[in-house]
Amino acid sequence: MPNPVTALSQAAPGFFIARIIAISLPTRTMATIGHVTPQKMFFEPPLPLMSGAWLAGYELVYETYGTLNAARSNAVLVCHALNASHHVAGTHAGVERSEGWWDNLVGPGKPLDTNRFFVIGVNNLGSCFGSTGPLDTNPATGTPWGADFPVITVEDWVDAQALLFDRLGISKLAAVLGGSLGGMQALSWTLRHPGRVGECIAVATAPNLSAQNIAFNEVARRAIITDPDFHGGHYYAHGVLPKRGLRVARMIGHITYLSDDSMEEKFGREMRSAELGYSTQDIEFQIESYLRYQGDKFSEYFDANTYLLITRALDYFDPARAFGGNLSAAFEAARGKRFTVVSFTTDWRFSPARSREIVKALVDNRIAVTYAEIAAPHGHDAFLLDDPRYHGVLRATFDRIAAGLAP
Amino acid sequence: MSAAVTTEIELIAELVPAGARVLDLGCGNGALLAHLQQAKGCTGYGVEIDDDNVLACARRGVNVVQLNLEDGLALFEDRSFDVVLQLQTLQHLRNTEKMLRETARVGTIGIVSFPNFAHWPNRLSVLRGRMPVTKILPYQWYDTPNIRVGTFADFEVLARRHGLNLLDSFGFHAGQAVRRWPNLMASVAVFKFERSQPGAIG
Repeated sequence: MPNPVTALSQAAPGFFIARIIAISLPTRTMATIGHVTPQKMFFEPPLPLMSGAWLAGYELVYETYGTLNAARSNAVLVCHALNASHHVAGTHAGVERSEGWWDNLVGPGKPLDTNRFFVIGVNNLGSCFGSTGPLDTNPATGTPWGADFPVITVEDWVDAQALLFDRLGISKLAAVLGGSLGGMQALSWTLRHPGRVGECIAVATAPNLSAQNIAFNEVARRAIITDPDFHGGHYYAHGVLPKRGLRVARMIGHITYLSDDSMEEKFGREMRSAELGYSTQDIEFQIESYLRYQGDKFSEYFDANTYLLITRALDYFDPARAFGGNLSAAFEAARGKRFTVVSFTTDWRFSPARSREIVKALVDNRIAVTYAEIAAPHGHDAFLLDDPRYHGVLRATFDRIAAGLAP
Repeated sequence: MSAAVTTEIELIAELVPAGARVLDLGCGNGALLAHLQQAKGCTGYGVEIDDDNVLACARRGVNVVQLNLEDGLALFEDRSFDVVLQLQTLQHLRNTEKMLRETARVGTIGIVSFPNFAHWPNRLSVLRGRMPVTKILPYQWYDTPNIRVGTFADFEVLARRHGLNLLDSFGFHAGQAVRRWPNLMASVAVFKFERSQPGAIG
């Protein structure tokens, strides 16, 4: 039987970097954190989930950068998005191209300056990068959880993160930061644990998914579930992986991360060869080649059940739901916090209009906010790039937070 | 001239009641909001389109929302602010009337300032047959961002047409408020108004 776990945990960080390089932007060279080592924390008491289920005996993998100050007041949580992990910044010793997925933002002298802040990245439950997930053994059966892993929500992740901070002796975060799905977690922190976080920085995110967003997720899920190798989610037992489904899921997802313009600029109608091949199945256009390459790579390291779980967590996130759809009522809980909200004009997956909904809910509650709408051409992926206007706003936010910290 | 020279910011700040909830449309680098917060205990938000200005506000810790005012103020509820400021902004907007209506909808009091095209050097310039280029209107006719050039007297007419009740109006020039013949003597027009049409909330 193949061991997917080892294969999965190796390839992830480099992938993100490759994607960033693929849309060819200059990466500024700054001091880096250097090698980091992931840590683990085991939790015996069962975690109550939003679904009503309980998850007993789970483990969270996390990384930290910088030093916790004496007042334990300089902790910043960085929440990860769909296919990232706890490995936010720095490198893993002996692993080529292992820079963390937000290494351009987090480090000494960078906008989230690890000389001043104690930064924590936590791998979410249900992931395939170390925290307890579908690849792990279900204690009830002695076999991998697979499709039986409980459905996890953004709120469950946030609650698990809060329990980790209990154990780390951090009663209050200076800030919580996240982009995309990570931004949803950052927002959720201010609603579920408002007393335990000072500021929220939510980038390229939304107060819930639109019908179009859910539609893309559903196409991805159907691609995975209808793969003959899926076996109802228990493919580990069959010694196979639903890679075909994962490839298609990733291709769909990838299209939504890029803007029409950036795709046009990078690929246009560029062909593989000068002459038309008059083939319906061979790769003719470079964009086809690129998407297939991305799909292939992804299917080598990502777990299909994790993909299903995480897309569902995205679908379910909707803090206004408990308030009859009134987002402003939901954000009453966040009064007294300070927010920085950033969107990108060409991000059609989580468009600026969605961020403005968040800003309106904040303004309605007289909550302090900096809202920047960055005219970047790179679509949703812009949040992983280092546009100086975007990073300038985050730097200003963290500088201000740092200035207000107890030593 | 006996009165001390003042800045437009200081002069406008005097029109804002202490502790007011303020929306500053076209807030620039946030200097006025910061001043209002520190000196008068005001709270509120700035709205700004320019990236550098948004960054400057973020650095000051002034609340700022990056929006194009031409898109309206859908983000803000009716009468959700005590004072809505629109300083040296109106002349850049295509949709002057819509913005004025929005200002009156969102705020209890509106304060507007803009370059007064009827200031006497401007009149002289036009009499000579050339569009004015001055300290307040430093652009050539073909590159000016001031796409709406009106006069102090023009605004009075527009305000009346929109049922706005003028609480105060004066000119500003060379560090002084100008209350005598402002349409002729002031390079900048300043108006403070409230909504007065029937059916107004509150």
